[in-house]
Amino acid sequence: MAVELIPPRDTTTPILEIDKLSISYLTRAAEIPAVVDFSLTVRPGECVGLVGESGCGKSTVAMAIMRYLGRNGRIAGGSMKFRGRDLMTMSEEELRRIRGAEIAMVYQEPMAALNPALRIGDQLAEVPLCHEPGCTREQALARARDMLARVRLGDPDRVLQAYPHQISGGQQQRVVIAMALLSNPSLLLLDEPTTALDVTVEAGIVDLIAELGRTLGTAMLYISHNLGLIRETCDRVCVMYAGQAVEEGTIDQIFAAPRHPYTQGLFGCIPTPGRDKTARPLVPIRGQLPLPQNRPKGCWFGPRCDHFEAGRCDAGPVPMLPASETRGVRCLRWQEIEAQPPVPAPLEVMPAAVAAVAAVANDLPVLEVAAMRKHYPIYDSSVAALFGSDRTRYVRANEAISFEAKGGQTVAIVGESGCGKSTFARVLMGLETATDGTVSFRGTDIGRKPVQQRDAKLLSSLQMVFQNPNDTLNPSMTVGQQIGRVIRKFGVKKGRRDVEEEVLRLLDLVKLPRAFLDRKPRQLSGGQKQRVGIARAFAGAPAMVVADEPVSALDVSVQAAVTGLLVDIQRRSGTTLLFISHDLGVVRYLADRVVVMYLGQIMEQGTTDAVFQPPYHPYTEALLAAVPVADPTIEKKRIILEGPLPSPLDPPQGCPFNTRCPRKLGSICETEAPPERAGTDGHVIRCHIPLSDLEAVEPVLGRAG
Amino acid sequence: MAEISLPPPSSLGRNPIIRALRSVLLLRESWVGVVGVLIVLFWIVVALLAPVIAPFPPNQNLLPFKPPGTVAPDGGVFWLGTDQLGRDILSRVIWGARRVLIYAPLATACAYALGVTMGLLAGYKRGLWDDVLSRIGDIILSFPILVLYVVIITTFGPSGINIVLAVTCASAPGIMRIVRGLTLDLRNRDYVAAAQTRGESSLYIMFVEILPNARGPLIVDACLRLGYTIITIGVLGFLGLGLPPPDPDWGGMVNETRAMAAFAPWMTVFPCIAISSLVLGLNLLADGLREISLKD
Repeated sequence: MAVELIPPRDTTTPILEIDKLSISYLTRAAEIPAVVDFSLTVRPGECVGLVGESGCGKSTVAMAIMRYLGRNGRIAGGSMKFRGRDLMTMSEEELRRIRGAEIAMVYQEPMAALNPALRIGDQLAEVPLCHEPGCTREQALARARDMLARVRLGDPDRVLQAYPHQISGGQQQRVVIAMALLSNPSLLLLDEPTTALDVTVEAGIVDLIAELGRTLGTAMLYISHNLGLIRETCDRVCVMYAGQAVEEGTIDQIFAAPRHPYTQGLFGCIPTPGRDKTARPLVPIRGQLPLPQNRPKGCWFGPRCDHFEAGRCDAGPVPMLPASETRGVRCLRWQEIEAQPPVPAPLEVMPAAVAAVAAVANDLPVLEVAAMRKHYPIYDSSVAALFGSDRTRYVRANEAISFEAKGGQTVAIVGESGCGKSTFARVLMGLETATDGTVSFRGTDIGRKPVQQRDAKLLSSLQMVFQNPNDTLNPSMTVGQQIGRVIRKFGVKKGRRDVEEEVLRLLDLVKLPRAFLDRKPRQLSGGQKQRVGIARAFAGAPAMVVADEPVSALDVSVQAAVTGLLVDIQRRSGTTLLFISHDLGVVRYLADRVVVMYLGQIMEQGTTDAVFQPPYHPYTEALLAAVPVADPTIEKKRIILEGPLPSPLDPPQGCPFNTRCPRKLGSICETEAPPERAGTDGHVIRCHIPLSDLEAVEPVLGRAG
Repeated sequence: MAEISLPPPSSLGRNPIIRALRSVLLLRESWVGVVGVLIVLFWIVVALLAPVIAPFPPNQNLLPFKPPGTVAPDGGVFWLGTDQLGRDILSRVIWGARRVLIYAPLATACAYALGVTMGLLAGYKRGLWDDVLSRIGDIILSFPILVLYVVIITTFGPSGINIVLAVTCASAPGIMRIVRGLTLDLRNRDYVAAAQTRGESSLYIMFVEILPNARGPLIVDACLRLGYTIITIGVLGFLGLGLPPPDPDWGGMVNETRAMAAFAPWMTVFPCIAISSLVLGLNLLADGLREISLKD
């Protein structure tokens, strides 16, 4: 597409200057400072990242820039200037002219940002019609169409006519970005724009944002909790903790040598390629984010910091100290603390780690799945279907799933949303029954045995850890009651005293304080709830635990702790772990074997080592390339998948991946199911491309430089 | 956005009575709720102390058609006047509170027992259970409610038990719909799946895992429904289908005296005020509860 000439802009005045900004929320109890002493400058054409865990105040900063804090929010001090104009003293009328026209925002949930009752074209046309007097509807629609083409939507004319629910999540987010850019804003605020999307879709959006930054020269503030994403999109980054900026600098500076202990801690929590659970385990940050009213005197990170020095770090508020011209660190000891560059990680799994895993795993398969199929019937009760022939259609959630898991192994099932991985977990747990094939658990077929027909022994030996921490525990029962019920139900212990003792033992096992016995779930944090969920799953000494995305709803530092705990308990008890995840980083870190699923079918499976190195299935390759990597020593191939995910109601003929495959051979992919190509050690790739050709592919991840 | 939560209290009462009292104390935060509680408590105290505070026996015929403030032969005062049979209105209103505060909560409780069970079964079991129970509910709800009462009570005869029966039949479908809707949402929670995968029975899951988490909207609904039931009992009394005479019944009192309302309004007005104030109190209480539940 043609790149328009950018209207010349003043390139010397910063777009946004925030100086010593403080924001408070008024609650019934007290005024709570959410953001304190926050300074940030965004220059023209620059993309600045704002990174931090939930509750660190990064979204509050974005809302404050829009002067849109809601009733109970109040800017308590500091100044904000937008292109030299003071944002703090602007009237509502002036603000309204700026919002949407000069400062635009893209939110996390694209579906919530679009009006479901209006066509996309009408919604987009509203922007110029509203902000530019004299703009006609035809002009507005033409501009909307151009912008849709610019955000690389394949068929802009069709999208203009569509309602939001008729396009996919990735397309919706592109529309939202187009809408934000239509008024040609000088500052674009992006608040977690890809968090709700799948990785391969995310890769496309990230690519688009980076390109738009280059071609349009729009300054951007990119808010994210994902360090890898920040590294791939931004020029500079500001790390926030508990409402303060703790470190600021260019991407190269921060990612090569983080100075603040919190930033260093964050890097220790993310499973970068080359980390693995045996040789280089994740290091969680201890403790918890302090509540605003419990923040310590002095450095707010002090209680969780390994470099804390009494009498110095807790003496008084710590200012942002300039480390160089472009860099600031809010730490008194930054010069004494060694700048820990992330150690250049080996990209191969270490032999020692392989040996350790082999020692744990024994040869007996605990789970053998053979040609398992799960179809959900959909009954069409429309009048048209009444006269037609197919009143029933099938959602092909699982199609001929075959794999096995040995005792003590960790087998990961990876895939994007809708690939059928959770359906498989539900069949395994007996919450659904298989349509066809066998699911053999310790020698007995349980595929068609619903949970009501399973005996206590089978139930206790196959347990599950759920995804959503807010849903996994019953809100009206105490932690002790919930774990105690499992113990009594599985007959582990009887009698009130014994059960309570066992509950306490399990709380110790998941490293929760014993006082949590009487707590209700709403008094626990997300990570603590997941720990209780793990305690509950391991209460009956299970032979196998199914963990369905157990950490994906948690913060990075909490993820590391919960993942570590899960691996630790699993290894000590010799339990087989079936780990379901969309996060290849976590999977690479903890799995022994990996099963890659797409549209209900297994595309590739093998040892972690084999799956993460060539030969790859083209889908695995794209998936690997889509994961943002926070390690600057690693260089990554760029593969962006085109097109939306097909519906499992009507999967493509031949190879299910043929509609999006960048290596498609030709018509054979559309007509014939791909053959299984076997590699070493149970490595299987289902693809028409011969193994030797797949082997010749360059690895996705390489050493930079 | 920063999530602000207050630190949990250091020691939690394990005693359910203490916990219930604590949630009642939460009502302080809503003045509407406080007024509601005071009105309802007033009538409960009146009903409990009826034998002590009623100046005359409720069914004793003294001087007919006396306006409020007339002095009785024995030196007492008819504060609210007397009716056409010479009975003291104040005493009858006081004793009438007893009846209404026995039958209305009893009927509501029965309706809840039936409606909650039906709603849980329909929402949790789905399939045939849902189809059959929902259709039964629809059929009952499609009747004009008053016709339904008249049919039930004329068939079985007017008595306290039959009023309870009529109210139960008429209210249960509405309660079932609410519970069914809440259950349809709650049954998909992970903790329900966790209970299923440890082999809990359907009964346990419905009543222990699901029902307690649906209690918020149900408590508010119960307060409103209790108010409707009081009105219903009043209406039935007015139609002559209420509790049999001569014992005082607010609706019945209005019915017996309505012909004389033009020249002796006190006979009709005071029982009406009694009904309205109690219903108003319950509605204010429901509003207060809703306000508090929204804040949490």
